[in-house]
Amino acid sequence: MKKLVIRNNIRRLRFDHNEMTQQQLADTVGVSRQTIVAIEKGNYSPSLELAFAIALTFDVPLEAVFFIEGKA
Amino acid sequence: MSYQEARALVSLFSAVAITIIYTAIMAPRYPNADPYSPEIFHFWGSFFVILIVVSIIANIVIIIIFTILNAIATRQEEPPVTDERDHLIELKSAQIALYVFAAGFLVAMGSLVFSQPPSVMFILLLCGGVASSVVADISQFYFYRRGF
Repeated sequence: MKKLVIRNNIRRLRFDHNEMTQQQLADTVGVSRQTIVAIEKGNYSPSLELAFAIALTFDVPLEAVFFIEGKA
Repeated sequence: MSYQEARALVSLFSAVAITIIYTAIMAPRYPNADPYSPEIFHFWGSFFVILIVVSIIANIVIIIIFTILNAIATRQEEPPVTDERDHLIELKSAQIALYVFAAGFLVAMGSLVFSQPPSVMFILLLCGGVASSVVADISQFYFYRRGF
């Protein structure tokens, strides 16, 4: 299977939500700040459950948070 | 450096230090007997049993001391949550450690195939165990540093 490059808009979404900090997002979804840092940098792809939890926090659909690089 | 990275390094150094110190204490007690005598097997049996107990106790004590010193020095407490990334990193490093230990076990058994004395097999088994522990800590440090 071809490896997909998954990117995200978490940094922008945090900014749009009253400049939410990484720690605040981490506390909301129940992970460590380091995990949010790793996701933001694209070093770690979260589980579907965590991905939905992040999308629900920002009140946006999943594809508004995560997207595949090179696909519209 | 995050708490998890520092803990992996502390665990690495404690594993090596415990083994070196313990081996240095036990080496003079090695029985001066026939390589295939029951005394040799008794020595190695007690060596491994005591090492496992000592390692567990020493590791717990070292991690407690590290957590206290780390909190004082960096004002950074142990992360309150262990999340999915922590579990994945733990699983991945355990898998790598298992491969290393299996390789060490095969080499140790191979020494018996090539008619080496039992002590050689036990030494290789010990080396395999220490190597797997070291590799687990290094891979954990690497995964945390890289992000995953």
